[in-house]
Amino acid sequence: MTEAQTETKPGQRPSHPDITQRKDAWWGEPATIATVFISFIIYATYRVFENNYFESGNFLSPFYSPKLVFDWWKFSPAILILWIPAGFRTTCYYYRKAYYRSFFMTPPACAVDPYGKDGYTGETKFPFVFQNLHRYFFYLAALVLIFLWYDAVVSLFKPEGGMQLSVLSIVMFANCFFLSGYTFGCHAYRHLCGGSLDCFSSCTKAKTRFKVWEFVTKLNEHHMGWAWFSLFSVALTDLYIRQVCTGAASPIVLFQF
Amino acid sequence: MSEHKAKEATLKVYRGDGKEGKFETYKVPMEAGMVVLDAIHYIQANYAPELAVRWNCKAAKCGSCSAEVNGHPSLMCKTRMDHFEDGEEIVVQPIKTFPLIKDLVTDVSWNYRVNEKIKPFTPDESDTKEWVIYQEDIERVQEFRKCIECFLCQNVCHVLRDHEKKDGNEQFMGPRFLVRAAGLEMHPKDTADRLEYLKEEGHIGYCNITKCCTEVCPEEIHITDNAIIPLKERVVDEYYDPLGKMIKGIFGGGKKK
Repeated sequence: MTEAQTETKPGQRPSHPDITQRKDAWWGEPATIATVFISFIIYATYRVFENNYFESGNFLSPFYSPKLVFDWWKFSPAILILWIPAGFRTTCYYYRKAYYRSFFMTPPACAVDPYGKDGYTGETKFPFVFQNLHRYFFYLAALVLIFLWYDAVVSLFKPEGGMQLSVLSIVMFANCFFLSGYTFGCHAYRHLCGGSLDCFSSCTKAKTRFKVWEFVTKLNEHHMGWAWFSLFSVALTDLYIRQVCTGAASPIVLFQF
Repeated sequence: MSEHKAKEATLKVYRGDGKEGKFETYKVPMEAGMVVLDAIHYIQANYAPELAVRWNCKAAKCGSCSAEVNGHPSLMCKTRMDHFEDGEEIVVQPIKTFPLIKDLVTDVSWNYRVNEKIKPFTPDESDTKEWVIYQEDIERVQEFRKCIECFLCQNVCHVLRDHEKKDGNEQFMGPRFLVRAAGLEMHPKDTADRLEYLKEEGHIGYCNITKCCTEVCPEEIHITDNAIIPLKERVVDEYYDPLGKMIKGIFGGGKKK
């Protein structure tokens, strides 16, 4: 048996002298998430302000859909739209966990001390009290999603008439699929569609809402997966369309008539 | 089997109280199927009979032997010794959030005082018929009833652990009691309203849903997704959703019983 006296700073507990005793790479997850987030934000910001290469024939980038063109608006039309998915993701219950850990370090990981002075107020004060508006962003994001499905369907039609199936159209449909899984697995929607009820068997309407709630719950169990897949799919879909617009890539038409 | 007996584990255990103490290192022979609590018992029996540790069932059902093993909040009776690498030093600390009495034993009575503040189960007194409750109506509540009150979630919650929001006007009730409140709020036969308490006194807004409570729960209760977020959404219904309230005011609806 050997002894080791712990050296503690004022206010620190002798039983917990270090920021953590964890030996695993607890910093790996927040560091990875921060890197991916920053990369996405840089790419999306560049694409918004590029204000070019977003439409080729019937292929429209998800960053610019629905395309809002007004005489009075002199800037990129993407600015008029992207605040909706950005707001939806920023107030999303999964992403909140991810960026609170990665950027605010409250906490950086479980059982790891936070960094900096303690002014923590959670989601009770400005600006984080606005996280409570998540359901409003859900309504708007669901609306945008309708336009994205419409864009995917329109991409099957050739501008000069006739139809075609291309790899790019499949990518656009896949993007809509991932975005739908993410949007309709949302915690706020899970509450609105049935979670707010205390009794699911009380009437026919409640039973129907229970069925919807059950389905949404299945999606919600994998909300993190849907969140990441849809983030990547929307960026890759935009990138593919950009490359088609610049002529660097082809939509790869599989068949047409 | 003989190979297991020949191995020795090294445990570094905190000895002391909340003001002063030290880590002592002990060598413990490994046995097949051994858990950390077995190793602590070996230390008690062979080196340090005065070592204080709280335990009871040794079956992960009483919730007594909560501690931090290599920095991970966990039940010592559920943490297998063969989970660690050969020769790895295993650090055993008391849980950090509550006042330390001695060695690995903490005073968790704060939790019982918080519990008393929650309005208890309140059925409709005029409902004198025999209750028939369908499985779909009670399933959510049953998950919450699995809680063994080990208080690992309270311990790992950074609002209590690092930001010390335990007293006065800033008291946060913590994940354990949000689970209890959710079990009451979602009960089909309960009529009480706890939303004002949750917002104003329990300070549900302090939770930033970083999910550490869910990660450490030995009963694998989906604390964040199934209890805290649904309660947050109910608080949004009441306090942050003027549009929803207006629609319910015009068309009816709201909390269903």
